[in-house]
Amino acid sequence: MSEFSTALGRSVPMEINGRTTLPFQGVGVHRPSGFQAAKKISTCADFPADGDKRVAVEGDMVAKLKEALHRAGLKDGMTVSTHHHFRNGDLVANALFDAAKQLGVKDLRWFPSASFPCHAHLLPYLEDGTIHHIEGSMNGPLGAYCSEGKMQGLGVLRSHGGRWQSIQDGEVHIDIAVLAAPTADAFGNATGDRGPSACGLLGFGLADSQFADHVIVVTDNLVPFPCLPWQIQGQNVDQVVEVERVGLPEKIVSGTTRVTKSPDRLLIAEHIAKFVRDTGIMKPGFSFQAGAGGITLAFAMFLKKFMKEAGVTASFVRGGSNQYLVEMLEEGLTPVILDGQTFDLEGVRSMRENAGHQNTSPFTSYNFHGKGNFASMVDVVVLGATEVDVDFNANVVTHSDGRLLHGIGGWQNCLFSKCTILAVPSVRDRIPVILDEVTTMVGPGELIDVIATEQGLCIHPKRTDLLEAANKSSVPILDIHDLKARVDRLCGGAPQKPRLGEKFIAAIQWVDGTTIDAVRQVL
Amino acid sequence: MVSLHSCHAGRRGDDVRGDVWLSYEPTPTAFELEFHSKLEGLYGDSTRALLKELAQKHSLELGRLTVEDKGAYPFVLRARMESLLQQVFDDPSLRIEPEAPVRPGPGGRPSMPPIQRDRLRRSRLYLPGNEAKYMLNAALHEPDAIILDLEDSVAASAKQDARSMVRHALLTLDFGGCERMVRINQGAGGLLDLAALEGAPFHLLLLPKVETAQEILEIETALQGRELLLMPILETARGILNADAIAGASLRNVALTLGLEDLTADLGVVKTTEGQETAWASSQVIFAAKANGLQAIDSVYGNVADEHGLRASVRTAKAMGFEGKGCVHPRQVMVVHEEFSPSQEELDQAQKIVAAFEEAEAQGLGVVSLGSKMIDPPVVKRALNLVRLAQAQNHGGADHE
Repeated sequence: MSEFSTALGRSVPMEINGRTTLPFQGVGVHRPSGFQAAKKISTCADFPADGDKRVAVEGDMVAKLKEALHRAGLKDGMTVSTHHHFRNGDLVANALFDAAKQLGVKDLRWFPSASFPCHAHLLPYLEDGTIHHIEGSMNGPLGAYCSEGKMQGLGVLRSHGGRWQSIQDGEVHIDIAVLAAPTADAFGNATGDRGPSACGLLGFGLADSQFADHVIVVTDNLVPFPCLPWQIQGQNVDQVVEVERVGLPEKIVSGTTRVTKSPDRLLIAEHIAKFVRDTGIMKPGFSFQAGAGGITLAFAMFLKKFMKEAGVTASFVRGGSNQYLVEMLEEGLTPVILDGQTFDLEGVRSMRENAGHQNTSPFTSYNFHGKGNFASMVDVVVLGATEVDVDFNANVVTHSDGRLLHGIGGWQNCLFSKCTILAVPSVRDRIPVILDEVTTMVGPGELIDVIATEQGLCIHPKRTDLLEAANKSSVPILDIHDLKARVDRLCGGAPQKPRLGEKFIAAIQWVDGTTIDAVRQVL
Repeated sequence: MVSLHSCHAGRRGDDVRGDVWLSYEPTPTAFELEFHSKLEGLYGDSTRALLKELAQKHSLELGRLTVEDKGAYPFVLRARMESLLQQVFDDPSLRIEPEAPVRPGPGGRPSMPPIQRDRLRRSRLYLPGNEAKYMLNAALHEPDAIILDLEDSVAASAKQDARSMVRHALLTLDFGGCERMVRINQGAGGLLDLAALEGAPFHLLLLPKVETAQEILEIETALQGRELLLMPILETARGILNADAIAGASLRNVALTLGLEDLTADLGVVKTTEGQETAWASSQVIFAAKANGLQAIDSVYGNVADEHGLRASVRTAKAMGFEGKGCVHPRQVMVVHEEFSPSQEELDQAQKIVAAFEEAEAQGLGVVSLGSKMIDPPVVKRALNLVRLAQAQNHGGADHE
């Protein structure tokens, strides 16, 4: 496979699944021009005048989806998309490919906004050629399968904003979007904030509803027209499939939303919150975003305590919402949560009940082709990473053994905040987290301001303002090279390089659609 | 020909991390290594090389060594090999060279604060002696002291493993500005602990379940010229009754503490949150400590999840005269420090008194007065202590909010 080099010196393939690609040019360099891609023209005269788009077939979800996909004209080689708001409790993507298999269709491209361990169900379809390849995050068993070089096509990992960008740029044309909806009406208006499988919002499926040629809404809670509020508009929907169950509620609200109990991780969170307080980032009207990991949740809890002590309120916070952010909203510490993804039932309830709890989409928050986006307006964001290096570059998709383990999510998009802090332990059971060079380049160091570990915080040398402001803080500030040397002493030197093959198994896209790195097969 | 023993060292199981399991079978064939590691791709080669090198260095030329590595750090690998080889050759004096210290000090020894009788001992964080993972970052939580425990937190079958682990941890890890304490076992086990720790850098020995002054004297004898401080723990009715004699038994004694779990068991009473059943014992320990110029240190607060309970417990302890408390979880340290710290109001008043005292001294006056009020000498002394305590706390870099 022909390769070329990115602006950061990473080797990437020139072609991804038959499409020519551009290597990463540098942050803010690439500017696509021309017009957005569009879907096929439709005409309302082709749809039932009474607005009832239900698929009138008896049977289980697979049987109904089979009929809907048949009507949608599913053919070999098509692109089928799903959203991941049900996280590990999703039943729809699995049923969708069960149906595709029964229809005997081959070589499909699955374009999910993320995948979860529950989607290990799809491994046989990758084996038998029903699915050609996945463009979306590949976690757990799917990541392992892909890492071993077994997938036919190249995996493509994009950020949430990058997924939207790829649809707008025509890199990915969705033939059929199958959108699970906790509540919908027969016309296709749908919402995620209520119903037995309530997941909050449906923002990750919004682009699919707007750009796919054919849109199928699948719901287990059909309500009389009109479904209010409507997060997905029925005007974009071709068919409505009513089933018994779209998701497993207890897994939709997954375990990622528990605050860590590890003393070292709590210490990282406390260091960050103190840093944010002491450097003056925490000032009246500031804004922040914290991810859903254990450390970042703990950060939000410490920050809440400090905000109360100092009498400081935020102007907005960005979610992933959860009970802790909801408490802040309801206690008046912030007037608004701009929510991209709801992580627990409290978040779902709040979105339904609180006017200040606003659902957003990757377009508003993250999109490269937006006329501005929210991510760059946030004062401070706290994220995780699997690895970082001494140049502050970071990896979030592979572990040090080279295996694909996580998706990018909104991570790349959030790097554009005014102060980006990565919360990582300096070492995980003898696996150093600070390296000379990250295994996979997902975020360029120039966008990463602080690396926060239990030992203390490393500040990017170009952020002289933060380095100076940090003098006011009791949090230890370390040189990243010193910290790395210390970790290496404990671990017995830097680790061996993972044994990788020549074959590329996945491409990592930057937020602008260029390829920032590629992942090779693990031997 | 030395006879080689079948044995094992280290830990295994699904929840084990950062450790290794070594199992040795003597066979008449050349030494071979069966190696499985979670980190094969990252440290497989260097770990295999280290284990082979250590076996070779100690002339282990026959038999089969099976290794299950769950990400053990090199100092853990060395500690486990030391314990294993001691058993293989039935030689407890066998030593494996330690790794270089994570934070080297003078002479390539680990950096540590000087030994000091009279230092803050508000918090001491217990760390199970056979579990490396809790030791790595213990100092980051800034307790005044860490305790590597060889006694109750170590199973009887794991004592030898733990001795090597504690020895290598002391020789390698960075415990920052913490006073380094080791709790040894009672009796013969304690003497084995002492022998194993010969040359390991630490400051203080915690002696469990001390009942008589004689036991202190026996430890004195065993210590010979070693520079170590002592903190006896009284955990039985007999020990509490002998508190005064125990406190005065050695010049090495710097503090006296008690263990309420064992004490309540000995008394046959239920341990309550209020602690009425052990109030007299606590007072007895405090009086014995103060009468002999030692610090009085409270037991631990076991309910890790209950921060309010811990706070209340420290307040009571402080009010009774205790100057420190044991911690069983790093998150307890900050609470203990906060509660043992003087309030700003107390501190302001003390500083005024100290200033008045210094002025009186400068003017050669025998009487200290603040405004129109005369200040008694004990009040001056307490103010001086308070200011000194506050300075020591700030100097220690501890964070008070």
